[in-house]
Amino acid sequence: MRLPSSTSPRPTRVLRPLLASRVEAGFPSPADDHVERSLDLNEELIPHPAATFFLRAGGSSMLGAGIHDGDLLVVDRSLSAEPGRVVVAVVDGDFTVKRLTRTSDGLSLTAEHPGYPPIAFGPDTEVSIWGVVRSVIHEP
Amino acid sequence: MKRTPETMYALVDCNNFYASCERVFDPSLEHRPVVVLSNNDGCVIARSQEAKDLGIKMGEPIFKCRDRIRKHDIVVRSSNYTLYQDLSRRVVETIRHFVPDIEVYSIDEVFLDLVPMVERDLEALSRTVRHTVRKWTGIPVSIGLGTTKTLAKAANRIAKRRPGADGFHRFPDADPERTRTLEAIGIQDVWGIGRRWARRFTDLGIRTALDLSRVPPSEVRRNFNVVAMRTALELRGVPCQQLETVPEPRQTLVRSRSFGEMVTEWTDLSEAIATHATRAAEKLRAEGGRAGRLSVFLNTNRFREDLPQYHRSGTCELLPHTNTTPVILGKAMEIGRRLWRAGFHYKKAGVMLSELAFEHAQTSLFDDRDHARDERLMATLDRINQKMGAHTLHPAATGRPDRQRWQMKRRFHSPKYTTRWSDLPKTR
Repeated sequence: MRLPSSTSPRPTRVLRPLLASRVEAGFPSPADDHVERSLDLNEELIPHPAATFFLRAGGSSMLGAGIHDGDLLVVDRSLSAEPGRVVVAVVDGDFTVKRLTRTSDGLSLTAEHPGYPPIAFGPDTEVSIWGVVRSVIHEP
Repeated sequence: MKRTPETMYALVDCNNFYASCERVFDPSLEHRPVVVLSNNDGCVIARSQEAKDLGIKMGEPIFKCRDRIRKHDIVVRSSNYTLYQDLSRRVVETIRHFVPDIEVYSIDEVFLDLVPMVERDLEALSRTVRHTVRKWTGIPVSIGLGTTKTLAKAANRIAKRRPGADGFHRFPDADPERTRTLEAIGIQDVWGIGRRWARRFTDLGIRTALDLSRVPPSEVRRNFNVVAMRTALELRGVPCQQLETVPEPRQTLVRSRSFGEMVTEWTDLSEAIATHATRAAEKLRAEGGRAGRLSVFLNTNRFREDLPQYHRSGTCELLPHTNTTPVILGKAMEIGRRLWRAGFHYKKAGVMLSELAFEHAQTSLFDDRDHARDERLMATLDRINQKMGAHTLHPAATGRPDRQRWQMKRRFHSPKYTTRWSDLPKTR
């Protein structure tokens, strides 16, 4: 399975600041000394690109945590799944998004919307944590 | 006193890579046998451990294992190289967090140079790398260490197979373990020894890695070649191959595919040639190269002995060197048209660009093309396709992507989970 030697990393986008004023005529703008780089959302939302995946949220079980049907989940698998964090878990082979909580008899996955019972980690259900939700992107 | 080795390589190899990739985004495949098929869904090119245990062989044609697939409820997937490439990149990126000097050897294998960290506990470091790759990317890997690349490769095999190795093995430096380990490796399992050489070695009484390491190198060179000699030396612990951190510039760029169904009409064949020419030009631009020669080839199906056979190729010079789609496309169509004969069932067509130049390309005095304009046009085309999705803009000669009858069969294709917004995995 030898690869062609061209396997290059994906191109990175470089953002260049726009000059705040035209160069060729008139007085220089006093703002020119204050030009900064454009903000790159990737920096803020994706500190670990190799470990970050996007998933699409389905259903309304996490409305209380601000996750709506169709929202974009930014899932960072490098974060450790501490109780209290919202996680993507695999329950019986399906992805689900829930809050990981510690209960008196171990860990469970709890929904944040009335009518969804918590899912306990137990011998009857196969549960594993797939990744931690770092942020949610929602179109209002 | 423990001697510090002068060289130390690690090979990180993804376990059952394609099958593991399919599992990351479809966790229902966990614990189930999974096989991945080659282009056109022809034969098995990857198997999960469960599928291996059921006796599905590497390279086995799908029609030969259909009954077993049904009987054992084996999951079948067409190859999804877009997904595999993305996960491969993530695995490499993760490894780089720990070890800076690496060689990406193939889509699922990475060599590491561990000399800079040889004072550290290399087993602990390897296990950390292994654990982190699994956690960050979902891909299980095995790690083998050795003082040469060949020994690292051999150690990796042990890391994968030996019960209790748990994905890590370091090739022993000292006897008697060293000798015993070499003796347990069959000659056909030594890295770089193909099936034909293995047979020749066996005929000469050289049956194991230990046997080969004991043959005088000059003799190996005389009877085989310098590559085999290097392998023999590396088995002794003499490093002959260093890390290739910068890939060699490529010599040729080929785009070809077998057809999903055999093609008889020029319209279908010409669409395929046009598509390959367009993609080859696009890839060449992405790599910053220009080509000085173009070849086109057509083949009928060699395995259909009942049908008339026709295998032809044609070539032309590209002067000046170019990477402009319309130029390459135009010439490819000319050659294709010249090669095509009615009355054959074509199985495959392809385009090859060669005499590649990555810096100074030859120019021509007798040439009135506006090259600056070509360059602007191609840059714009590439930007649009990058932004709006591959093949958003394509030459009319390639036909409509959704109506290309010659396209390969990929009936069991998983979504492009990581590279398409419409294909993201969903939670319930």
